[in-house]
Amino acid sequence: MNDGSPANARKEPVLSATALRKAYGRVEALRGADFELFPGEILAVIGDNGAGKSSLIKCLSGASSPDSGEIYLDGKKVTFRSPQDAKDAGIETVYQTLAVAPALDIASNLYLGREIRKSGLLGSVLRHMDIARMRREAREHVNRLGIQTLQDITQPVETLSGGQRQAVAVARAAAFGSKVVILDEPTAALGVRESAQVAAIIKQLRDHGLPIVLISHDMPSVFELADRIHVQRLGRRAAVLSPQTHTMEDAVAIMTGARAA
Amino acid sequence: MTVEATDTGSGPPPEGAKAPTIGNRVQHVLHAHPSLGPLVVLVISAIIFDLINGRFFSAANLSIMLQEVAVIGLLALGQTVIILTAGIDLAVGAAMILAQMVMAGLALTSGWPVWLAIAGGLVVALVTGLVDGLLVTRFKVPPFIGTLGTLGVFTALGLLYANGQTLTPSAGNFLLWPGNLIKIGSFSLMTGVIVMLVLYLIVGYALGRTAWGKHVYAVGDDPEAARLVGINTARLLLSVYVLAGLIYGIAAWVQIGRVGDASTNISSTLNLDSITAAVIGGVSLFGGRGIVLGTLFGALIVQVFQNGLALAGVQDLYQQLAEGLLVIAAVAVDQWIRKVRT
Repeated sequence: MNDGSPANARKEPVLSATALRKAYGRVEALRGADFELFPGEILAVIGDNGAGKSSLIKCLSGASSPDSGEIYLDGKKVTFRSPQDAKDAGIETVYQTLAVAPALDIASNLYLGREIRKSGLLGSVLRHMDIARMRREAREHVNRLGIQTLQDITQPVETLSGGQRQAVAVARAAAFGSKVVILDEPTAALGVRESAQVAAIIKQLRDHGLPIVLISHDMPSVFELADRIHVQRLGRRAAVLSPQTHTMEDAVAIMTGARAA
Repeated sequence: MTVEATDTGSGPPPEGAKAPTIGNRVQHVLHAHPSLGPLVVLVISAIIFDLINGRFFSAANLSIMLQEVAVIGLLALGQTVIILTAGIDLAVGAAMILAQMVMAGLALTSGWPVWLAIAGGLVVALVTGLVDGLLVTRFKVPPFIGTLGTLGVFTALGLLYANGQTLTPSAGNFLLWPGNLIKIGSFSLMTGVIVMLVLYLIVGYALGRTAWGKHVYAVGDDPEAARLVGINTARLLLSVYVLAGLIYGIAAWVQIGRVGDASTNISSTLNLDSITAAVIGGVSLFGGRGIVLGTLFGALIVQVFQNGLALAGVQDLYQQLAEGLLVIAAVAVDQWIRKVRT
């Protein structure tokens, strides 16, 4: 196997997994898959349909648990029983469905499930929200991430375009993903211009130091954004490529099994 | 005048920028303030009915209308919280009647202290909500079917417990407290109306200002998204049904006070009336949209139409016709404003 950038070999991975196995009935989705994400990088995960991409991501985000194999976060072994466990550990996932509430405004969506409450009894007993503070901090946060596409934080999400909704979901993940952000097909439903906006946001996240796992079918954007590319094939990691030393043709060839890694 | 400065909202630079039509503006305003439509309907219809019959705005008539609206307003309040979660409660009326018979029965037949009997009725109402909530969350029964089932169960339990009797508390009994009238000049305000308004304030506060309320809207809007952000949707739904049940229990007490007795022989349209009030008030049957103030307007609109048409000398059937048309219009408007895009 070939590691794209040798410099990473000395660093400790933020998130890693060894020999993950997961079967759904008779179908073996993962057959001893390994995974490594290093600090400050964008790692793309590519693979054909049925290669075990989503099973791998589900294990890492706590949406399902592997039958065997181990997951390490910052070198410590972790076990996720639910997405909440992974969130609590600092891993945020942006699902393809985005998981936003359309009728609620941007600020409410950013803080959905972790609303900022007023201090004192009002907050602890009645769960009275500090709406002004939530809006203020949401605005600051969006500005800090340099997301220009979201202007009015009180706008309902259903009035936003697909790219803007994606930006809301990514901003939320970045706000609470203290260790890792996982993005599942962030540009799949978007047009060319909106994809470019989302790509810019993803780069900004990396520049803020957040390591990112990017699952994508979109080869050009994978090669544009990724520092390293994890190729998943037949339930295993077939190779790790670098966009500098490999071409899209190489990646596709390994992905489809036309060429050995 | 520049084109892009016409809207205060931001959004992406308009691609095929076209000036918003009046229809677009109305759609946006209604989208942001869903209870504005019902308020306008309420005011205009009241003015028209007063022009037809000058007695409409008399203190006596206003007093009666508010008294009439207290019970249905409370039932519609519980119904609204459930509809906000994209659910529906077909057992509202049955739950209220059961709670009412238990309250009166414990106090008058079993000889419990009145306050304890009222508490007992409230507990029964709360349990009806718990049963509905467990059906929806634990057994994954769609609310429409689950509450259709409990409608039968609660109705039968109420009839069995009442055993055909009408229970009439003697004057001064605390059971009749919500029926007490407070005279303000020639206007008389029923205590039950104040109870209703206080509950609207409490529920309105909880929905609008607390994290619980935000989660009610989120679950109604997109339950899967709510689950993925870490909201315990089952526990939230359960709390909603239990709260609604408690409100039906309070409605039961107000009903006893308003009518002066407890009987199972109450209008069978309570279920639909509560849904009607919520829907006319701009609460979306698809969940996640609407506020309780709208429901209050909705309940008042139904009352204003019934009373106004009666005063205008219009036959009963036309009142039903008008109510039916109002519901259809309200749902059509809801469908329209849900399509809003900037």
